[in-house]
Amino acid sequence: MAELALAATPPAERRSGELWIAPPLLILAALFFFPLCLILRQALVGDGHAVSLAHFAEVFGSRLFHDALFHTIVIALCATAGCLVLGFVFSVLIAFTPFPGSRLLARLIDTFIALPTFLVALAFTFIYGSAGMLNESLMQLMHVDLPPVDFLYSQWGVILSEITVYTPFVMRPLLAAFSLIDPAQIEVASSLGARSMRIVHRIILPAALPALIAGGSLCLLLTVNEFGIVLFIGAKDVITLPLLIYDTAIQQFDYTTACVIAVVNVALSLCLYSLYRFVIAYFGRRRAGLV
Amino acid sequence: MISADAGAARSAVAAPPAAAASPARGGSGIRFEDVSVAYGGVVVLEALNLEVRPGEIVALIGPSGSGKTTALRAVAGFVRPLRGRITIGTRDVTNVAPHARNIGMVVQNYALFPHMRAEENVAFGLRARGASADIIRERVPECLRLVGMASYAKRYPRELSGGQQQRVAIARALAIRPQVLLLDEPLSALDAQIRRTMVDEIAKLHRDLPSLTVLYVTHDQTEALTLANHIGIMRDGKLIAFGDAQSLYRNPPNRFSAEFLGRANLLPVKALAATGAGMARVRFGDCEWTARNHHGLADGGDCLLCVRPHDLRMQPDATSANVVTATVSSVQWQGDMQSVELDAAGHVLRLTCAPMQEPPVPGALLTLHFSSAQATLVPEAVSSG
Repeated sequence: MAELALAATPPAERRSGELWIAPPLLILAALFFFPLCLILRQALVGDGHAVSLAHFAEVFGSRLFHDALFHTIVIALCATAGCLVLGFVFSVLIAFTPFPGSRLLARLIDTFIALPTFLVALAFTFIYGSAGMLNESLMQLMHVDLPPVDFLYSQWGVILSEITVYTPFVMRPLLAAFSLIDPAQIEVASSLGARSMRIVHRIILPAALPALIAGGSLCLLLTVNEFGIVLFIGAKDVITLPLLIYDTAIQQFDYTTACVIAVVNVALSLCLYSLYRFVIAYFGRRRAGLV
Repeated sequence: MISADAGAARSAVAAPPAAAASPARGGSGIRFEDVSVAYGGVVVLEALNLEVRPGEIVALIGPSGSGKTTALRAVAGFVRPLRGRITIGTRDVTNVAPHARNIGMVVQNYALFPHMRAEENVAFGLRARGASADIIRERVPECLRLVGMASYAKRYPRELSGGQQQRVAIARALAIRPQVLLLDEPLSALDAQIRRTMVDEIAKLHRDLPSLTVLYVTHDQTEALTLANHIGIMRDGKLIAFGDAQSLYRNPPNRFSAEFLGRANLLPVKALAATGAGMARVRFGDCEWTARNHHGLADGGDCLLCVRPHDLRMQPDATSANVVTATVSSVQWQGDMQSVELDAAGHVLRLTCAPMQEPPVPGALLTLHFSSAQATLVPEAVSSG
């Protein structure tokens, strides 16, 4: 139908229609592609005039970069795994064990998406920080001078904060996927002799797998690029790629190195985004019965 | 935790080879004793007393919201009765979890597991009950063969038609050798032609598995009349009629049953006198007729005369003792039959017959005949059956 409509449109009108795409392209180029190109140029050329991979070689050989890359990947993977487990359990409870206020709870968890990420880190300092509620209570209870719970200013504090912030990003697609599961399937499975765990494992989990993978990929993408939480927690010896870029550019004024790390970070993000799109497309085709 | 119920279910799965010859275990009926169910304080099933005998098909029919599906869900364990007791065989299952009830269930939209092939769907219940690989290997093809789906074992549900999916769903329910099979409007999602075929196939299935007890919920009277040994008619959460299919059709105990189970002409008459042999004389305007008085209605009382549209004749025959004059209102040709709507002293009458070469025209006055044996008296008010 669309082809027919296009064929019926006079060429002059079609040309004027095509012109409408120019303004958004120009804005996109000015605001997005041009700055990215500048970063790539700075990474490749540096302060000289010739294109060189010397800066990349220098960065790739740096121990600090290795640490940052390692921490970025470890934190992102752990946080994503945590989000998947927590998100799946919460979603199953909300969707399949209806209790008074379950919808309100789902909405409440949803609101985390709207909050700035560092806010959770700030809130956690009040709870798990050295002078937070938990440590103060434990110190009084156990009559000790040092805080017994000391994980917040470590990699684990960052991971916990990211899990708290990004779990709703897994729950959202999961709850949508669960709403598509026919309740009769669960009832029939139950009548056939399946207990709750088997129903979750054999019926709910396979149905939720596309949503789980899509939500997980999105989480991975967001946690790789997370900056606010890592900066706010200020965990000792924990540096990630975004934090290294900030540190190199703003505190050391070494823009070339910062741009090289930024290019690596962008490449990592694009790979993860491609994975995310591939997963969405694959399961979309599979649902349509094409794969 | 493995309960005693689960243990019973497991032993059912691991039946000895002799019993394995039939996918259904026999000997279990269903009994409802004063079962009431409420949703959020609203009673949707009221004091249901009903018995489905072992090996019998009982159909529960009624309009939407009549409580028929709730009754079935109570047997399955998906709703907990407010009061009353449900037994399957000799076992009180009122408070038993659904997975431990040993029932097979088939629902309207098949509810096949979409990520499993047909054979995996059928094997699901066996695996859930811890059946051995040998039993699964033996039982799955056997059940698929029983429903004519052996050659579709490797297909996913999305690769099957509606009728084929429903067959797999039946095979899946039978694979666990359920004590009872619950069918919840199993054919509603199918088109008319496939539905007719499936009704025949379910009837054949029951002939092959005569010991299988079936509770069949439907709103389709044809399915109920074709398949069921007994029919229960439900309305507003109550069972208002129960009986064997033929007698319920021939002698409906109330107006609702007469109208819901088949089409019925219901004329207000006065019962004049019993004439013996279960017959009575009745008056309709100036006409006096004889009709069956199955419910023993009192002399002189107002009641309804029920005559099925296909029992009205335009030509008298040897049995047509009763006569009524009516004016043709409309005539409809419906392919394999002709439907004529008439007005008899202000009351609507419907007549169905084979298509006529020259059907009557609207406004024509017809003399209709019907046999006393095909006319039955129905109490005016709805009784609680």
